[in-house]
Amino acid sequence: MILRLALGSLLARALTVGMTILAIALSVALFLGVEKVRTGARASFADTISGTDLIVGARSGSVQLLLYSVFRIGNATNNVTWESYQDIAARPEVDWIVPISLGDSHRQFRVMGTTQAFFEQYKYRGGRSLVVKQGHGLEDLYDAVLGAEVAATLGYEVGDPIVVSHGLASFTEHDDQPFRVAGIIDRTGTPVDRTVIVSLEAIEAIHVDWRSGAQIPGQTTPVDRIRQMDLKPSAITAALIGVKSRLQIFGLQRLINDYPEEPLLAILPGVALQELWQIVGVAETALTAVSAMVVVTALLGMMAMIFSSLNERRREMAIWRAMGARPATILGLLVLEAALMAAIGAILGLALLYAGLFIAQPLVDSAFGLWLPIGPPTARELFVLAGVIGAASIASLLPAIRAYRLSLADGMMVRI
Amino acid sequence: MADQALTLEDVRFRWPGRASFGLSVPSFHMTQGESVLLLGESGSGKSTLLSLICGIVTADSGRVEVGGSDLATLRAGARDRFRAERIGVIFQQFNLLPYASVSDNIMLPLRFAPERRKRAAPDEVATLCSALGLPDEITGTTAGHLSVGQQQRVAVARALIGQPPLIVADEPTSALDAATQDTFLGLLFERIAATESSLLMVSHDERLGARFDRVVRLSDIAQTERMAA
Ligand SMILES: Nc1ncnc2c1ncn2[C@@H]1O[C@H](COP(=O)(O)OP(=O)(O)OP(=O)(O)O)[C@@H](O)[C@H]1O
Ligand SMILES: [Mg+2]
Repeated sequence: MILRLALGSLLARALTVGMTILAIALSVALFLGVEKVRTGARASFADTISGTDLIVGARSGSVQLLLYSVFRIGNATNNVTWESYQDIAARPEVDWIVPISLGDSHRQFRVMGTTQAFFEQYKYRGGRSLVVKQGHGLEDLYDAVLGAEVAATLGYEVGDPIVVSHGLASFTEHDDQPFRVAGIIDRTGTPVDRTVIVSLEAIEAIHVDWRSGAQIPGQTTPVDRIRQMDLKPSAITAALIGVKSRLQIFGLQRLINDYPEEPLLAILPGVALQELWQIVGVAETALTAVSAMVVVTALLGMMAMIFSSLNERRREMAIWRAMGARPATILGLLVLEAALMAAIGAILGLALLYAGLFIAQPLVDSAFGLWLPIGPPTARELFVLAGVIGAASIASLLPAIRAYRLSLADGMMVRI
Repeated sequence: MADQALTLEDVRFRWPGRASFGLSVPSFHMTQGESVLLLGESGSGKSTLLSLICGIVTADSGRVEVGGSDLATLRAGARDRFRAERIGVIFQQFNLLPYASVSDNIMLPLRFAPERRKRAAPDEVATLCSALGLPDEITGTTAGHLSVGQQQRVAVARALIGQPPLIVADEPTSALDAATQDTFLGLLFERIAATESSLLMVSHDERLGARFDRVVRLSDIAQTERMAA
């Protein structure tokens, strides 16, 4: 009966109570949404690379190397010479090695030169391999295999011609040597989706007439002559390595880091990711803190609402007292009302979150390559909801204690 | 004197605060089944006296006994329970929780009084409503939608449910017009006679006196004082 009366009392003040509940619901949805994006981003970052034991590049920061070699963010400051690459590839510890050559682009997407081994060795999301769903892999010199998003955004199909631009944001096109779309890779949710893959030799081929970043004036080698040439690259950007036994990882890493001919850096992807989190973690914490503050603000609003309702409810409190309710019952009634508001708000917030997820999931996926999983609420989310209800009850204690005092001081009649 | 409904002896009370109102009652008694009209000017302390009798406030000294139990010996929680069990309260106005249904309002005191709940018959809400001339279908409606006269009748039903031995009414008729006042009092007395409850009613309207066993002026039984600030 008390519960029914509490609900009735809330219903009688539907407008103010509704606004309060809406504020709580929105803040809860925001908080949970931020959490979802945060964990989703973490998961998809961590899922980007698996099965690779070491990444080798020119000496720089390990996070930087991870970012440009795996995430195509930022640039390499230096290259790894082909000789060093071959030295490392010849090591007995090395099971497989995949060279990567970056630096050119097609529209807003990066072009990556690599070998067929990339398709065999690159793994994501716990050991999944790339699947070329249309066409085939790299066969001809001028074959290009597109990530799913490249194909979708630019509307390419197998057989279409594409031209690679020199550098990342330039107007110089390698239009003398057009490529042909040979295949399109299934969506992976990794940066591969946004990459144009060509062979290492092709990268070499389009730069035949180039010296130190500039086109040699007036020189255009015809394509059939290029096809005859030995297109051994002189340098690559980075390489992914798998070792024969996990025990050898650290030995090989030390060896590469101490490589005498050239300053190189070998990193363990997991360790570098961990370092990345430490950097991103500050922003993450700030984001969580801000959305938590929004929840706190909504609860403070609720507290103010209860406070301001106390005066007009003094008669009601006097009735409760006259009927035999203890002051503690009145206190409990107010806390119960607050808990009810918070519970309705929390459930509504959860509903808003799911509605938002259903709408935003495809948009976020296509815009940021971030897949937000929709599943039953996690223990952590339920804990957050319980926390909101608990915090609301505690926040309502202040006005409730005031009501307790008033009901003791007022006696049976309320003086107004 | 087992059939004492109410006893006040040497009671002194003062509201907390500096320039506060004080009240002292040397001696006042009511026997079981008696109906008393207590007359007094506005601000003379009538409601204060009722608060004392109901145990919502406690006397600074002296004895307040309801049905033979000294309220001062009860702890706060027990006093609240005692009030719920033994006393039916009717206010001047705004008696009901406006958002609750009529039947919830009537049954509200039973929520805090298990023994009174046992005494109340399962269909007592309906019986009381029809005895007080409230239409049957009204029990489900929200109390805030009733007319003032209907609200006062619901308040009587609530005071009477479970037959508490003492009914305390604080100017229950002042919000009603003369004709409604008369039917209201008629119904109230009819019910009280049926349950043999005692009635202490406060008013500043002397014309009501005829129906009561006894009419008492507050100035005859109590001294009031007001301290200067
Ligand atoms: N809760 C309270 N706290 C402090 N003083 C109070 C309180 N309630 C009443 N008083 C004081 O007690 C005095 C008597 O008030 P009371 O309500 O008992 O008068 P009353 O006879 O019932 O008046 P009315 O006929 O207008 O209802 C007033 O001066 C009032 O200021
Ligand atoms: Mg009064």
